[in-house]
Amino acid sequence: MATAVENLQTGVDVMDSALESQMTLSMGPQHPSTHGVLRLDLRLDGELVIKAIPDIGYLHTGMEKLFEYKKYQQGIVITDRMDYLNPLGNNLAYVMAAEKLLGLEIPERAQVIRVLMCELQRIASHMVWFGTSCLDMGAMTPFWFTFKEREKILNIIESASGGRMTPSYFRIGGLMMDLPAGFENRVKQFLEGFPDALNTFDTLITGNTIWQSRTQGIGVISKEDAIDWGLTGPSLRGSGVGLDLRRANPYTGYETYDFDVPVENDGDVWSRFLVRMRELRESHKIVKQALERLKPGPIKADAPKVVLPDRDDMRKHMDSLIHHFLIVAEGFNVPAGEVYHAIEASKGELGVYMKSNGGPKPERVHFRGPSFVNLSALPVMAEGEMIADVVAIIGSLDIVLGEIDR
Amino acid sequence: MSLISDVIQSTVAVVKGMKRTLSEIPREKWTVQYPEQPVTVQPRYRGQHLLHVDEAGKEKCVACYLCAAACPSDCIYIEAETDPRPYADRVGRDERYAKVYNIDYGRCIFCGFCVEACPKDAITHGYNFEISVYNRTDLLKTKDDLLITKQKQSKNYRVALSTEDVDSEFKEV
Repeated sequence: MATAVENLQTGVDVMDSALESQMTLSMGPQHPSTHGVLRLDLRLDGELVIKAIPDIGYLHTGMEKLFEYKKYQQGIVITDRMDYLNPLGNNLAYVMAAEKLLGLEIPERAQVIRVLMCELQRIASHMVWFGTSCLDMGAMTPFWFTFKEREKILNIIESASGGRMTPSYFRIGGLMMDLPAGFENRVKQFLEGFPDALNTFDTLITGNTIWQSRTQGIGVISKEDAIDWGLTGPSLRGSGVGLDLRRANPYTGYETYDFDVPVENDGDVWSRFLVRMRELRESHKIVKQALERLKPGPIKADAPKVVLPDRDDMRKHMDSLIHHFLIVAEGFNVPAGEVYHAIEASKGELGVYMKSNGGPKPERVHFRGPSFVNLSALPVMAEGEMIADVVAIIGSLDIVLGEIDR
Repeated sequence: MSLISDVIQSTVAVVKGMKRTLSEIPREKWTVQYPEQPVTVQPRYRGQHLLHVDEAGKEKCVACYLCAAACPSDCIYIEAETDPRPYADRVGRDERYAKVYNIDYGRCIFCGFCVEACPKDAITHGYNFEISVYNRTDLLKTKDDLLITKQKQSKNYRVALSTEDVDSEFKEV
Protein backbone atom coordinates (compact mmCIF):
# COMPACT_ATOMS: atom_id res chain seq x y z
CA MET A 1 0.00 0.00 0.00
CA ALA A 2 2.67 2.44 1.05
CA THR A 3 4.73 1.81 -2.07
CA ALA A 4 1.72 2.39 -4.27
CA VAL A 5 1.15 5.78 -2.68
CA GLU A 6 4.84 6.59 -3.03
CA ASN A 7 4.86 5.63 -6.67
CA LEU A 8 1.86 7.80 -7.30
CA GLN A 9 3.52 10.71 -5.54
CA THR A 10 6.77 10.37 -7.41
CA GLY A 11 4.86 10.09 -10.65
CA VAL A 12 3.17 13.41 -9.96
CA ASP A 13 6.50 14.94 -8.97
CA VAL A 14 8.08 13.93 -12.25
CA MET A 15 5.21 15.51 -14.14
CA ASP A 16 5.44 18.67 -12.04
CA SER A 17 9.11 19.17 -12.75
CA ALA A 18 8.73 18.50 -16.45
CA LEU A 19 6.00 21.05 -16.90
CA GLU A 20 6.65 24.12 -14.85
CA SER A 21 3.73 26.00 -16.31
CA GLN A 22 1.27 23.42 -14.99
CA MET A 23 -1.68 24.65 -13.03
CA THR A 24 -4.69 23.02 -11.38
CA LEU A 25 -8.17 24.19 -12.24
CA SER A 26 -11.22 23.15 -10.31
CA MET A 27 -14.11 22.83 -12.74
CA GLY A 28 -17.45 22.52 -11.03
CA PRO A 29 -19.31 21.45 -8.96
CA GLN A 30 -21.55 24.33 -10.02
CA HIS A 31 -20.35 24.45 -13.61
CA PRO A 32 -23.45 24.03 -15.78
CA SER A 33 -21.78 21.81 -18.37
CA THR A 34 -20.84 19.16 -15.82
CA HIS A 35 -24.49 18.09 -15.86
CA GLY A 36 -25.06 18.36 -12.16
CA VAL A 37 -22.67 18.51 -9.29
CA LEU A 38 -19.54 16.96 -10.74
CA ARG A 39 -16.21 18.53 -9.90
CA LEU A 40 -13.26 18.00 -12.19
CA ASP A 41 -9.74 18.47 -10.98
CA LEU A 42 -8.03 19.57 -14.17
CA ARG A 43 -4.23 19.67 -14.42
CA LEU A 44 -3.49 22.09 -17.20
CA ASP A 45 -0.56 23.18 -19.27
CA GLY A 46 -1.95 26.28 -20.86
CA GLU A 47 -5.20 25.08 -22.33
CA LEU A 48 -4.01 21.51 -22.64
CA VAL A 49 -5.42 18.99 -20.19
CA ILE A 50 -2.67 16.81 -18.74
CA LYS A 51 -4.91 15.03 -16.30
CA ALA A 52 -8.60 15.19 -15.45
CA ILE A 53 -9.70 13.71 -12.16
CA PRO A 54 -13.44 13.50 -11.55
CA ASP A 55 -14.47 14.25 -7.99
CA ILE A 56 -17.88 12.87 -7.15
CA GLY A 57 -20.06 12.53 -4.09
CA TYR A 58 -21.70 15.96 -3.91
CA LEU A 59 -25.11 14.42 -4.49
CA HIS A 60 -24.69 11.37 -2.27
CA THR A 61 -27.99 10.57 -0.60
CA GLY A 62 -27.45 7.05 0.70
CA MET A 63 -30.11 5.53 -1.54
CA GLU A 64 -28.64 2.03 -1.52
CA LYS A 65 -28.75 1.98 2.27
CA LEU A 66 -32.31 3.26 2.19
CA PHE A 67 -33.43 0.17 0.29
CA GLU A 68 -32.61 -1.94 3.34
CA TYR A 69 -35.22 -0.09 5.38
CA LYS A 70 -38.02 -0.22 2.83
CA LYS A 71 -40.26 -3.05 1.79
CA TYR A 72 -39.61 -4.43 -1.66
CA GLN A 73 -42.48 -2.55 -3.29
CA GLN A 74 -41.51 0.70 -1.56
CA GLY A 75 -38.04 0.54 -3.09
CA ILE A 76 -39.48 1.30 -6.52
CA VAL A 77 -39.90 4.98 -5.70
CA ILE A 78 -36.24 5.29 -4.75
CA THR A 79 -35.10 3.99 -8.12
CA ASP A 80 -36.98 6.83 -9.85
CA ARG A 81 -34.66 9.32 -8.28
CA MET A 82 -31.36 7.78 -9.29
CA ASP A 83 -31.13 8.26 -13.01
CA TYR A 84 -33.86 10.86 -13.16
CA LEU A 85 -33.78 11.03 -16.95
CA ASN A 86 -34.56 7.34 -17.30
CA PRO A 87 -36.79 6.52 -14.30
CA LEU A 88 -38.77 3.79 -16.04
CA GLY A 89 -35.57 1.97 -16.94
CA ASN A 90 -34.54 2.04 -13.29
CA ASN A 91 -37.97 0.80 -12.25
CA LEU A 92 -37.67 -2.05 -14.70
CA ALA A 93 -34.22 -3.16 -13.53
CA TYR A 94 -35.34 -3.14 -9.91
CA VAL A 95 -38.65 -4.93 -10.31
CA MET A 96 -37.13 -7.51 -12.64
CA ALA A 97 -34.46 -8.35 -10.08
CA ALA A 98 -37.15 -8.89 -7.45
CA GLU A 99 -39.23 -10.89 -9.91
CA LYS A 100 -36.23 -13.08 -10.63
CA LEU A 101 -35.94 -13.88 -6.93
CA LEU A 102 -39.67 -14.55 -6.65
CA GLY A 103 -39.78 -16.53 -9.88
CA LEU A 104 -42.76 -14.60 -11.23
CA GLU A 105 -44.16 -15.00 -14.71
CA ILE A 106 -45.20 -11.66 -16.21
CA PRO A 107 -48.16 -11.63 -18.62
CA GLU A 108 -47.64 -10.70 -22.25
CA ARG A 109 -49.46 -7.37 -22.15
CA ALA A 110 -47.49 -6.14 -19.18
CA GLN A 111 -44.25 -7.05 -20.95
CA VAL A 112 -45.25 -5.21 -24.12
CA ILE A 113 -46.22 -2.13 -22.13
CA ARG A 114 -42.91 -2.27 -20.28
CA VAL A 115 -40.98 -2.35 -23.54
CA LEU A 116 -43.10 0.45 -24.99
CA MET A 117 -42.70 2.73 -21.99
CA CYS A 118 -38.98 2.01 -21.61
CA GLU A 119 -38.29 2.83 -25.24
CA LEU A 120 -40.30 6.05 -24.99
CA GLN A 121 -38.27 6.87 -21.91
CA ARG A 122 -35.06 6.11 -23.78
CA ILE A 123 -36.08 8.60 -26.45
CA ALA A 124 -36.86 11.19 -23.77
CA SER A 125 -33.51 10.55 -22.10
CA HIS A 126 -31.62 10.86 -25.39
CA MET A 127 -33.54 14.07 -26.10
CA VAL A 128 -32.15 15.61 -22.93
CA TRP A 129 -28.66 14.35 -23.76
CA PHE A 130 -28.89 15.78 -27.28
CA GLY A 131 -30.25 19.13 -26.15
CA THR A 132 -27.82 19.63 -23.31
CA SER A 133 -24.70 18.38 -25.06
CA CYS A 134 -25.41 20.80 -27.91
CA LEU A 135 -26.07 23.54 -25.39
CA ASP A 136 -22.72 22.83 -23.73
CA MET A 137 -20.97 23.48 -27.00
CA GLY A 138 -22.84 26.66 -27.74
CA ALA A 139 -25.63 25.40 -30.02
CA MET A 140 -28.71 26.62 -28.24
CA THR A 141 -31.45 26.09 -30.80
CA PRO A 142 -31.65 22.25 -30.77
CA PHE A 143 -32.31 22.38 -27.05
CA TRP A 144 -35.77 23.89 -27.56
CA PHE A 145 -36.68 21.37 -30.25
CA THR A 146 -35.57 18.41 -28.16
CA PHE A 147 -37.46 19.58 -25.12
CA LYS A 148 -40.60 19.88 -27.19
CA GLU A 149 -40.33 16.20 -28.13
CA ARG A 150 -39.50 15.30 -24.56
CA GLU A 151 -42.55 17.20 -23.35
CA LYS A 152 -44.75 15.05 -25.56
CA ILE A 153 -43.25 11.88 -24.10
CA LEU A 154 -43.54 13.16 -20.55
CA ASN A 155 -47.22 13.88 -21.21
CA ILE A 156 -47.67 10.32 -22.44
CA ILE A 157 -45.92 8.93 -19.37
CA GLU A 158 -47.94 11.26 -17.16
CA SER A 159 -51.18 10.08 -18.71
CA ALA A 160 -50.33 6.46 -17.88
CA SER A 161 -48.65 6.76 -14.51
CA GLY A 162 -49.54 10.17 -13.08
CA GLY A 163 -45.94 11.25 -12.69
CA ARG A 164 -43.74 13.05 -15.16
CA MET A 165 -40.23 12.68 -13.79
CA THR A 166 -41.03 10.10 -11.12
CA PRO A 167 -43.55 7.72 -12.69
CA SER A 168 -43.03 4.59 -10.50
CA TYR A 169 -45.17 2.86 -13.08
CA PHE A 170 -43.87 -0.69 -12.81
CA ARG A 171 -44.70 -2.92 -9.89
CA ILE A 172 -43.18 -6.19 -8.78
CA GLY A 173 -45.29 -8.62 -10.76
CA GLY A 174 -46.78 -6.23 -13.30
CA LEU A 175 -47.85 -2.62 -13.63
CA MET A 176 -49.44 -0.01 -11.43
CA MET A 177 -52.52 0.38 -13.65
CA ASP A 178 -53.58 -0.48 -17.13
CA LEU A 179 -53.09 2.12 -19.85
CA PRO A 180 -55.68 4.91 -19.98
CA ALA A 181 -58.22 5.23 -22.78
CA GLY A 182 -56.85 6.87 -25.88
CA PHE A 183 -53.27 6.02 -24.97
CA GLU A 184 -52.51 4.29 -28.24
CA ASN A 185 -53.68 7.30 -30.24
CA ARG A 186 -51.42 9.56 -28.27
CA VAL A 187 -48.39 7.37 -28.87
CA LYS A 188 -49.31 7.09 -32.53
CA GLN A 189 -49.51 10.85 -32.84
CA PHE A 190 -46.10 11.16 -31.25
CA LEU A 191 -44.62 8.48 -33.51
CA GLU A 192 -45.95 10.20 -36.61
CA GLY A 193 -44.30 13.48 -35.75
CA PHE A 194 -41.05 12.09 -34.44
CA PRO A 195 -39.17 11.25 -37.67
CA ASP A 196 -39.80 14.84 -38.73
CA ALA A 197 -38.18 16.05 -35.54
CA LEU A 198 -35.22 13.73 -36.11
CA ASN A 199 -34.77 15.20 -39.57
CA THR A 200 -34.77 18.63 -37.97
CA PHE A 201 -32.00 17.58 -35.62
CA ASP A 202 -30.02 16.22 -38.54
CA THR A 203 -30.47 19.50 -40.41
CA LEU A 204 -29.45 21.56 -37.43
CA ILE A 205 -26.62 19.51 -36.02
CA THR A 206 -25.58 16.25 -37.70
CA GLY A 207 -24.97 17.77 -41.10
CA ASN A 208 -23.48 20.91 -39.61
CA THR A 209 -19.81 21.48 -40.51
CA ILE A 210 -19.13 23.45 -37.36
CA TRP A 211 -20.48 20.62 -35.23
CA GLN A 212 -18.53 17.98 -37.10
CA SER A 213 -15.20 19.76 -36.80
CA ARG A 214 -15.94 20.38 -33.14
CA THR A 215 -16.52 16.71 -32.32
CA GLN A 216 -14.52 14.60 -34.75
CA GLY A 217 -11.31 13.18 -33.31
CA ILE A 218 -12.06 14.53 -29.83
CA GLY A 219 -12.02 12.34 -26.73
CA VAL A 220 -10.90 9.19 -28.48
CA ILE A 221 -11.01 5.94 -26.56
CA SER A 222 -9.86 2.76 -28.26
CA LYS A 223 -11.85 -0.43 -28.42
CA GLU A 224 -9.53 -2.19 -25.96
CA ASP A 225 -9.55 0.71 -23.52
CA ALA A 226 -13.31 0.98 -23.71
CA ILE A 227 -13.66 -2.68 -22.77
CA ASP A 228 -11.00 -2.43 -20.06
CA TRP A 229 -12.69 0.57 -18.46
CA GLY A 230 -16.02 -1.23 -18.48
CA LEU A 231 -17.86 1.22 -20.71
CA THR A 232 -21.34 0.16 -21.71
CA GLY A 233 -24.17 1.49 -23.79
CA PRO A 234 -23.72 4.04 -26.57
CA SER A 235 -20.33 5.07 -25.17
CA LEU A 236 -19.04 1.54 -25.78
CA ARG A 237 -20.78 1.12 -29.13
CA GLY A 238 -19.13 4.34 -30.28
CA SER A 239 -15.80 2.53 -29.95
CA GLY A 240 -16.77 -0.31 -32.22
CA VAL A 241 -18.04 -2.92 -29.76
CA GLY A 242 -21.56 -3.98 -30.62
CA LEU A 243 -22.68 -4.96 -27.14
CA ASP A 244 -26.32 -4.26 -26.41
CA LEU A 245 -27.95 -6.17 -23.56
CA ARG A 246 -31.26 -6.08 -25.37
CA ARG A 247 -29.56 -8.26 -27.96
CA ALA A 248 -26.88 -10.04 -25.92
CA ASN A 249 -29.01 -10.92 -22.92
CA PRO A 250 -32.63 -10.24 -23.84
CA TYR A 251 -35.29 -9.49 -21.23
CA THR A 252 -39.03 -8.64 -21.40
CA GLY A 253 -39.16 -10.17 -24.86
CA TYR A 254 -36.64 -7.92 -26.62
CA GLU A 255 -35.47 -10.94 -28.64
CA THR A 256 -38.76 -10.84 -30.55
CA TYR A 257 -38.41 -7.23 -31.68
CA ASP A 258 -36.77 -6.25 -34.91
CA PHE A 259 -34.15 -3.57 -34.37
CA ASP A 260 -30.52 -2.87 -35.19
CA VAL A 261 -27.66 -2.16 -32.81
CA PRO A 262 -25.86 0.89 -34.19
CA VAL A 263 -22.07 0.72 -33.93
CA GLU A 264 -19.44 3.31 -34.87
CA ASN A 265 -15.74 2.60 -34.92
CA ASP A 266 -13.86 5.84 -34.25
CA GLY A 267 -14.42 6.07 -30.50
CA ASP A 268 -14.60 9.86 -30.49
CA VAL A 269 -17.33 12.28 -29.46
CA TRP A 270 -18.70 12.28 -33.00
CA SER A 271 -19.05 8.45 -33.01
CA ARG A 272 -20.87 8.41 -29.71
CA PHE A 273 -23.09 11.17 -31.02
CA LEU A 274 -23.93 9.20 -34.18
CA VAL A 275 -24.66 6.02 -32.21
CA ARG A 276 -27.20 7.81 -30.06
CA MET A 277 -28.79 9.55 -33.02
CA ARG A 278 -29.24 6.24 -34.80
CA GLU A 279 -30.50 4.64 -31.60
CA LEU A 280 -33.34 7.14 -31.55
CA ARG A 281 -34.58 5.74 -34.86
CA GLU A 282 -34.26 2.19 -33.53
CA SER A 283 -36.26 3.07 -30.42
CA HIS A 284 -38.87 4.62 -32.64
CA LYS A 285 -39.03 1.32 -34.52
CA ILE A 286 -39.40 -0.70 -31.31
CA VAL A 287 -42.19 1.52 -29.96
CA LYS A 288 -44.02 1.10 -33.25
CA GLN A 289 -43.77 -2.69 -33.04
CA ALA A 290 -44.79 -2.74 -29.38
CA LEU A 291 -47.83 -0.65 -30.19
CA GLU A 292 -48.94 -3.20 -32.77
CA ARG A 293 -48.57 -6.01 -30.26
CA LEU A 294 -50.72 -4.31 -27.63
CA LYS A 295 -53.53 -6.80 -27.09
CA PRO A 296 -56.01 -6.81 -24.19
CA GLY A 297 -55.05 -9.10 -21.35
CA PRO A 298 -53.98 -9.20 -17.72
CA ILE A 299 -51.32 -6.74 -16.59
CA LYS A 300 -50.43 -8.41 -13.33
CA ALA A 301 -48.86 -11.78 -12.60
CA ASP A 302 -50.98 -14.49 -11.07
CA ALA A 303 -49.48 -14.33 -7.60
CA PRO A 304 -52.06 -13.21 -5.02
CA LYS A 305 -49.51 -13.14 -2.21
CA VAL A 306 -47.23 -10.69 -4.02
CA VAL A 307 -49.33 -8.64 -6.41
CA LEU A 308 -52.07 -6.32 -5.18
CA PRO A 309 -55.52 -7.55 -6.25
CA ASP A 310 -57.66 -5.56 -8.66
CA ARG A 311 -59.53 -2.78 -6.90
CA ASP A 312 -62.98 -4.07 -7.81
CA ASP A 313 -62.03 -7.52 -6.63
CA MET A 314 -60.69 -6.08 -3.40
CA ARG A 315 -63.96 -4.26 -2.67
CA LYS A 316 -66.12 -7.33 -3.30
CA HIS A 317 -64.17 -10.30 -1.98
CA MET A 318 -62.99 -10.77 1.57
CA ASP A 319 -59.97 -12.92 0.70
CA SER A 320 -58.73 -10.32 -1.78
CA LEU A 321 -59.14 -7.66 0.87
CA ILE A 322 -57.11 -9.73 3.32
CA HIS A 323 -54.34 -10.19 0.76
CA HIS A 324 -54.47 -6.46 0.03
CA PHE A 325 -54.05 -5.63 3.72
CA LEU A 326 -51.23 -8.10 4.21
CA ILE A 327 -49.26 -7.02 1.15
CA VAL A 328 -49.57 -3.31 1.93
CA ALA A 329 -49.05 -3.50 5.68
CA GLU A 330 -46.49 -6.27 5.99
CA GLY A 331 -45.09 -6.68 2.51
CA PHE A 332 -44.34 -10.05 0.98
CA ASN A 333 -41.55 -12.42 1.78
CA VAL A 334 -39.00 -12.94 -0.93
CA PRO A 335 -37.13 -16.27 -0.94
CA ALA A 336 -33.60 -16.04 0.38
CA GLY A 337 -30.91 -15.76 -2.24
CA GLU A 338 -29.04 -13.28 -4.33
CA VAL A 339 -29.53 -12.22 -7.89
CA TYR A 340 -28.01 -9.89 -10.45
CA HIS A 341 -30.16 -8.54 -13.22
CA ALA A 342 -28.96 -6.12 -15.84
CA ILE A 343 -30.87 -4.16 -18.43
CA GLU A 344 -29.82 -1.83 -21.21
CA ALA A 345 -30.74 1.56 -19.83
CA SER A 346 -30.43 4.67 -21.98
CA LYS A 347 -26.86 5.19 -20.78
CA GLY A 348 -25.60 1.62 -20.65
CA GLU A 349 -25.78 -1.47 -18.54
CA LEU A 350 -27.88 -0.85 -15.46
CA GLY A 351 -27.47 -3.79 -13.14
CA VAL A 352 -29.22 -4.54 -9.89
CA TYR A 353 -27.65 -6.84 -7.37
CA MET A 354 -30.24 -7.88 -4.83
CA LYS A 355 -29.75 -10.05 -1.79
CA SER A 356 -32.67 -11.36 0.19
CA ASN A 357 -32.66 -13.10 3.55
CA GLY A 358 -36.23 -14.26 3.23
CA GLY A 359 -37.97 -11.27 4.80
CA PRO A 360 -40.10 -8.47 3.38
CA LYS A 361 -37.12 -6.12 3.13
CA PRO A 362 -33.99 -6.71 1.04
CA GLU A 363 -30.75 -7.32 2.88
CA ARG A 364 -28.76 -5.44 0.29
CA VAL A 365 -29.52 -3.74 -3.02
CA HIS A 366 -26.64 -2.54 -5.09
CA PHE A 367 -26.82 -0.74 -8.41
CA ARG A 368 -24.25 -0.97 -11.14
CA GLY A 369 -24.85 2.43 -12.66
CA PRO A 370 -23.79 3.04 -16.24
CA SER A 371 -23.01 6.73 -15.66
CA PHE A 372 -20.63 5.94 -12.82
CA VAL A 373 -18.59 3.45 -14.81
CA ASN A 374 -18.64 5.55 -17.96
CA LEU A 375 -17.43 8.60 -16.06
CA SER A 376 -14.46 6.65 -14.72
CA ALA A 377 -13.05 6.55 -18.26
CA LEU A 378 -13.10 10.36 -18.53
CA PRO A 379 -9.40 10.76 -17.57
CA VAL A 380 -8.42 8.49 -20.49
CA MET A 381 -10.53 10.44 -22.95
CA ALA A 382 -9.68 13.92 -21.71
CA GLU A 383 -5.91 13.50 -21.57
CA GLY A 384 -4.21 15.69 -24.16
CA GLU A 385 -7.38 17.57 -25.12
CA MET A 386 -8.26 21.24 -24.70
CA ILE A 387 -10.39 22.48 -21.79
CA ALA A 388 -13.30 23.27 -24.10
CA ASP A 389 -13.20 19.69 -25.38
CA VAL A 390 -13.58 18.29 -21.88
CA VAL A 391 -17.06 19.80 -21.93
CA ALA A 392 -17.76 18.03 -25.22
CA ILE A 393 -16.52 14.72 -23.81
CA ILE A 394 -18.67 14.95 -20.69
CA GLY A 395 -21.63 15.72 -22.92
CA SER A 396 -20.90 12.70 -25.10
CA LEU A 397 -20.79 10.39 -22.07
CA ASP A 398 -24.34 11.37 -21.09
CA ILE A 399 -23.87 11.18 -17.34
CA VAL A 400 -26.47 11.79 -14.67
CA LEU A 401 -25.02 12.68 -11.31
CA GLY A 402 -28.03 11.46 -9.40
CA GLU A 403 -27.11 7.98 -10.52
CA ILE A 404 -23.37 8.33 -10.03
CA ASP A 405 -23.61 9.37 -6.39
CA ARG A 406 -26.80 7.55 -5.47
CA MET B 1 -7.68 28.43 -49.44
CA SER B 2 -8.85 26.14 -46.68
CA LEU B 3 -9.66 29.14 -44.50
CA ILE B 4 -11.95 30.55 -47.16
CA SER B 5 -13.69 27.24 -47.71
CA ASP B 6 -14.02 26.83 -43.92
CA VAL B 7 -15.69 30.22 -43.67
CA ILE B 8 -18.03 29.45 -46.55
CA GLN B 9 -18.97 26.02 -45.17
CA SER B 10 -19.61 27.41 -41.69
CA THR B 11 -21.74 30.21 -43.11
CA VAL B 12 -23.76 27.69 -45.09
CA ALA B 13 -24.26 25.63 -41.91
CA VAL B 14 -25.46 28.66 -39.98
CA VAL B 15 -27.81 29.74 -42.79
CA LYS B 16 -29.25 26.21 -43.00
CA GLY B 17 -29.87 26.14 -39.26
CA MET B 18 -31.40 29.61 -39.23
CA LYS B 19 -33.73 28.65 -42.07
CA ARG B 20 -35.09 25.79 -39.95
CA THR B 21 -35.33 28.01 -36.88
CA LEU B 22 -37.15 30.81 -38.66
CA SER B 23 -39.62 28.38 -40.23
CA GLU B 24 -40.77 27.71 -36.68
CA ILE B 25 -42.15 31.26 -36.23
CA PRO B 26 -45.52 30.89 -38.01
CA ARG B 27 -46.21 27.53 -36.34
CA GLU B 28 -48.37 27.08 -33.28
CA LYS B 29 -46.66 27.75 -29.97
CA TRP B 30 -45.88 24.79 -27.77
CA THR B 31 -45.04 26.79 -24.67
CA VAL B 32 -47.62 27.78 -22.06
CA GLN B 33 -47.58 31.20 -20.43
CA TYR B 34 -48.01 29.90 -16.89
CA PRO B 35 -49.49 31.33 -14.64
CA GLU B 36 -51.40 33.61 -17.03
CA GLN B 37 -52.51 30.53 -18.95
CA PRO B 38 -53.55 27.36 -17.13
CA VAL B 39 -51.39 24.24 -17.37
CA THR B 40 -53.07 21.07 -18.54
CA VAL B 41 -52.57 18.06 -16.31
CA GLN B 42 -53.50 14.49 -17.15
CA PRO B 43 -56.37 12.78 -15.29
CA ARG B 44 -53.96 10.53 -13.40
CA TYR B 45 -51.72 13.38 -12.33
CA ARG B 46 -50.55 13.08 -8.73
CA GLY B 47 -50.93 16.37 -6.92
CA GLN B 48 -51.93 17.38 -3.42
CA HIS B 49 -54.12 14.75 -1.74
CA LEU B 50 -57.87 14.95 -1.31
CA LEU B 51 -59.70 13.33 1.59
CA HIS B 52 -63.09 12.30 0.30
CA VAL B 53 -66.54 12.43 1.85
CA ASP B 54 -69.74 10.56 1.01
CA GLU B 55 -73.01 12.06 -0.29
CA ALA B 56 -74.00 13.29 3.17
CA GLY B 57 -70.63 14.92 3.73
CA LYS B 58 -69.31 12.22 6.10
CA GLU B 59 -65.63 11.39 5.86
CA LYS B 60 -64.87 8.10 4.18
CA CYS B 61 -61.65 7.42 6.07
CA VAL B 62 -61.86 4.66 8.68
CA ALA B 63 -58.33 5.17 10.03
CA CYS B 64 -57.05 1.73 9.08
CA TYR B 65 -53.47 3.05 8.80
CA LEU B 66 -52.89 1.30 5.47
CA CYS B 67 -51.84 4.53 3.75
CA ALA B 68 -49.37 5.22 6.54
CA ALA B 69 -48.01 1.68 6.22
CA ALA B 70 -47.69 1.93 2.45
CA CYS B 71 -46.00 5.33 2.50
CA PRO B 72 -42.30 5.02 1.59
CA SER B 73 -41.46 8.38 3.12
CA ASP B 74 -43.48 8.06 6.35
CA CYS B 75 -45.25 11.35 5.83
CA ILE B 76 -48.75 10.36 6.99
CA TYR B 77 -49.74 10.63 10.64
CA ILE B 78 -53.13 9.35 11.82
CA GLU B 79 -54.90 9.22 15.16
CA ALA B 80 -57.96 6.99 15.17
CA GLU B 81 -61.08 7.45 17.28
CA THR B 82 -64.42 5.70 17.63
CA ASP B 83 -67.61 7.71 17.46
CA PRO B 84 -70.60 5.63 18.66
CA ARG B 85 -73.21 8.27 17.81
CA PRO B 86 -75.76 7.62 15.03
CA TYR B 87 -74.82 8.30 11.41
CA ALA B 88 -76.45 11.72 11.25
CA ASP B 89 -74.40 13.13 14.12
CA ARG B 90 -70.96 11.72 13.54
CA VAL B 91 -68.01 12.94 11.52
CA GLY B 92 -67.21 9.82 9.58
CA ARG B 93 -69.27 7.49 7.47
CA ASP B 94 -68.30 4.61 9.74
CA GLU B 95 -67.98 4.61 13.50
CA ARG B 96 -64.21 4.59 13.36
CA TYR B 97 -62.68 7.70 11.91
CA ALA B 98 -59.43 9.63 11.83
CA LYS B 99 -59.42 12.30 14.50
CA VAL B 100 -56.07 13.56 13.24
CA TYR B 101 -54.94 13.11 9.66
CA ASN B 102 -51.73 14.92 8.82
CA ILE B 103 -49.62 14.78 5.70
CA ASP B 104 -46.18 16.33 5.84
CA TYR B 105 -45.56 17.76 2.38
CA GLY B 106 -41.96 18.33 3.32
CA ARG B 107 -41.62 14.55 3.14
CA CYS B 108 -44.29 13.46 0.66
CA ILE B 109 -42.89 12.29 -2.68
CA PHE B 110 -46.22 11.95 -4.53
CA CYS B 111 -45.73 8.28 -5.39
CA GLY B 112 -49.41 7.36 -5.13
CA PHE B 113 -48.87 4.35 -2.86
CA CYS B 114 -51.33 5.66 -0.25
CA VAL B 115 -54.02 5.99 -2.91
CA GLU B 116 -53.27 2.48 -4.13
CA ALA B 117 -53.44 1.16 -0.56
CA CYS B 118 -56.68 2.81 0.57
CA PRO B 119 -59.43 0.18 0.69
CA LYS B 120 -62.19 2.78 1.11
CA ASP B 121 -61.23 5.21 -1.70
CA ALA B 122 -60.98 7.83 1.01
CA ILE B 123 -57.73 9.36 -0.19
CA THR B 124 -56.83 10.24 -3.76
CA HIS B 125 -54.42 12.57 -5.41
CA GLY B 126 -55.87 15.90 -6.42
CA TYR B 127 -54.42 18.09 -9.14
CA ASN B 128 -53.05 20.94 -7.10
CA PHE B 129 -49.31 21.22 -7.47
CA GLU B 130 -48.94 24.74 -6.12
CA ILE B 131 -48.10 23.88 -2.54
CA SER B 132 -45.03 26.05 -2.03
CA VAL B 133 -45.04 27.99 1.22
CA TYR B 134 -42.80 30.56 2.84
CA ASN B 135 -42.72 28.80 6.18
CA ARG B 136 -41.59 25.23 6.57
CA THR B 137 -44.17 24.38 9.22
CA ASP B 138 -46.92 25.30 6.76
CA LEU B 139 -46.00 22.21 4.76
CA LEU B 140 -47.68 20.11 7.40
CA LYS B 141 -51.23 19.86 6.15
CA THR B 142 -53.94 18.82 8.56
CA LYS B 143 -57.35 17.30 7.86
CA ASP B 144 -58.81 20.78 7.50
CA ASP B 145 -56.50 21.49 4.56
CA LEU B 146 -56.92 18.12 2.93
CA LEU B 147 -60.68 17.51 3.00
CA ILE B 148 -62.22 17.84 -0.44
CA THR B 149 -64.85 20.19 0.96
CA LYS B 150 -62.19 22.57 2.26
CA GLN B 151 -59.86 22.70 -0.75
CA LYS B 152 -60.08 25.55 -3.17
CA GLN B 153 -59.35 24.86 -6.81
CA SER B 154 -56.66 26.97 -8.36
CA LYS B 155 -57.29 28.56 -11.76
CA ASN B 156 -53.73 27.77 -12.81
CA TYR B 157 -54.39 24.28 -14.05
CA ARG B 158 -57.04 22.40 -15.90
CA VAL B 159 -57.50 18.67 -16.16
CA ALA B 160 -57.67 16.95 -19.51
CA LEU B 161 -60.89 15.11 -18.70
CA SER B 162 -62.01 13.39 -21.88
CA THR B 163 -59.79 11.50 -24.27
CA GLU B 164 -60.60 13.97 -27.05
CA ASP B 165 -59.42 16.72 -24.78
CA VAL B 166 -56.20 14.84 -24.15
CA ASP B 167 -55.75 14.05 -27.80
CA SER B 168 -56.16 17.68 -28.79
CA GLU B 169 -53.20 18.40 -26.54
CA PHE B 170 -51.15 16.09 -28.68
CA LYS B 171 -51.96 17.44 -32.09
CA GLU B 172 -48.87 17.98 -34.14
CA VAL B 173 -47.76 21.60 -34.19
